Amino acid sequence: MMTIFGVPTQALFGQLLLGLINGSFYAILSLGLAIIFGLLNIINFAHGALYMMGAFVAWMLLTYLGLGYWLALGLAPLAVGVFGVILERVLIARLYKLDHLYGLLLTFGLALIIQGLFRNEYGVSGLPYAIPAELSGGQRLPFMFLPNYRAWVVVASLTVCLATWLVIEKTKLGAYLRAATENPTLVQAFGVNVPLFLTLTYGFGVALAGFAGVLAAPIYSVNPNMGADIIIVVFAVVVIGGMGSIIGSVITGFALGLVEGLTKVFYPEASSTVIFVIMVVVLLVKPAGLFGRTA
Amino acid sequence: MADTAALDAAPIAASLPENRDDKALQRKIFVGLAVLLIVAPTVLYPVYLMKVLCFALFALAFNLLLGYGGLLSFGHAAYFGMASYLSAYSAKVLGLTPELAILTGTATAALLGLVFGALAIRRQGIYFSMITLALAQMAFFFALQAKFTGGEDGIQAVPRGALFGAFRLDDDRAMYALVAVVFFLGMLAIYRIIHSPFGQVLKAIRDNESRAISLGYRVNQYKLAVFVLSATLAGLAGSTKAIVFQLASLTDVHWSMSGEVVLMTLVGGMGTVFGPIVGALVIVSMETYLAQFGAWVTVIQGCVFVLCVLLFREGVVGLIARTLHKPL
Repeated sequence: MMTIFGVPTQALFGQLLLGLINGSFYAILSLGLAIIFGLLNIINFAHGALYMMGAFVAWMLLTYLGLGYWLALGLAPLAVGVFGVILERVLIARLYKLDHLYGLLLTFGLALIIQGLFRNEYGVSGLPYAIPAELSGGQRLPFMFLPNYRAWVVVASLTVCLATWLVIEKTKLGAYLRAATENPTLVQAFGVNVPLFLTLTYGFGVALAGFAGVLAAPIYSVNPNMGADIIIVVFAVVVIGGMGSIIGSVITGFALGLVEGLTKVFYPEASSTVIFVIMVVVLLVKPAGLFGRTA
Repeated sequence: MADTAALDAAPIAASLPENRDDKALQRKIFVGLAVLLIVAPTVLYPVYLMKVLCFALFALAFNLLLGYGGLLSFGHAAYFGMASYLSAYSAKVLGLTPELAILTGTATAALLGLVFGALAIRRQGIYFSMITLALAQMAFFFALQAKFTGGEDGIQAVPRGALFGAFRLDDDRAMYALVAVVFFLGMLAIYRIIHSPFGQVLKAIRDNESRAISLGYRVNQYKLAVFVLSATLAGLAGSTKAIVFQLASLTDVHWSMSGEVVLMTLVGGMGTVFGPIVGALVIVSMETYLAQFGAWVTVIQGCVFVLCVLLFREGVVGLIARTLHKPL
């Protein structure tokens, strides 16, 4: 058996892949947080709960309606997005004139409600969701065994992140979005419907979270607590990366996933805290974040 | 990124100006509270009262930071919880007397507050909240993995011991007397801090940080000082709670505890002197009486959060203060 630094390559690459998978979720979630924060000036504490909701919608579609993974991959984010649009219209839109701490408090309350409701209905033991037949099995590479589904998660999330980046940086719609982020009043004066933009942005941001939830469903069991566990790590990722740059939050997400995977190999006790430790170091060295602009 | 300063149209808590009459009123309320503290255990169950008082002190400490420093920490469970671990550990394993155990816990919280605070104040606004939350989660994982905390079991069967080695605290009424004194002294300390020149500068920083800087105040030193004070008093509450309930567990360091103290302060009234006490009373009572509904408590808490933020931002005491035109 081959080893690197005394660690079997199989284990090393296995953990790196798992890190990359976690990194995919960090990237999609922090991307959504960054887009929402950029335009709405609200940190969406409910992001984790909506990620969990995406996984649950996929599970419900399969269990109650018999609709499989590929349909869920489209329908679940849509459902979460529509739910997000309603949340924004009914609740969040009332807070834009207030200190943005209230946005954090409101979305925290929403997260408690959503998680609590799912916990009451489905318990905390977690529900299994099978890997779709097309993606079961895996490839035997010279240095490791690569399960097809895991490769798919990395590819799918990279694609979604890149597509989002392209839309924001290269299209007219994206240009409006960036302009509205810089100066909403001026953009509104040019006749752009900024409130509609805010609503759609929130809907899109949380749809991304729902998409990540569907991707996660076959890997982790579908569990009401899955969102609460990940969202705090994603906050740390956002602090490390800074929310000024789309591509920055994607790179930071993947990189930190990898670091976490490596830590699991070499010093497993620290794997749950390593991202927070990195956050501390970044705060000491570059307080604005790796890709952040100083306010 | 939008100019955040321009968006801060409504400050978190705008204190009403105070005059001599108002101070006299607040003194009367203090006297009233002292009387209540003495009378209450004859009417209500002392253990319930002690729980309310511990959480009230926790919320008061939190409000010192949020209401007067304008800093929303989402990780105050770290100071409350780690203090309760250290207090329980020193009482049970090291065999310290309760007052020394409480001091040990409080000192731990102060130290932790100094380290975490120094890191968190490097960023403003929303980032500050996220950093405090992440650091508290780190403390949570530490408590989960460290040997001395007992992991999932926590530290159980902590002896209440004898105060100064002389007065046994096993009786709930004796314990209550200690908790009431600790609470009252803590509240007086917070009142003193708020009304000191230091507190005035804090309010200036809360209302307009740039102006405070231009006036020559070392804003970061003030922020760190109030952070440490708040963490210390939160630790005092946590340490006392560990002795009262003879237990330190993961619940006290979990992020939901950080959320709970935010909720108490929000319900009672951010930036009011007495609001957090009312908030703690409401939330602890709610949890006690709704315990039969099990997991629904989280949902109800979430609804209270949403309703408070949307419709009731000034909180109970804030509303009373506005009606009476007196700062409370």
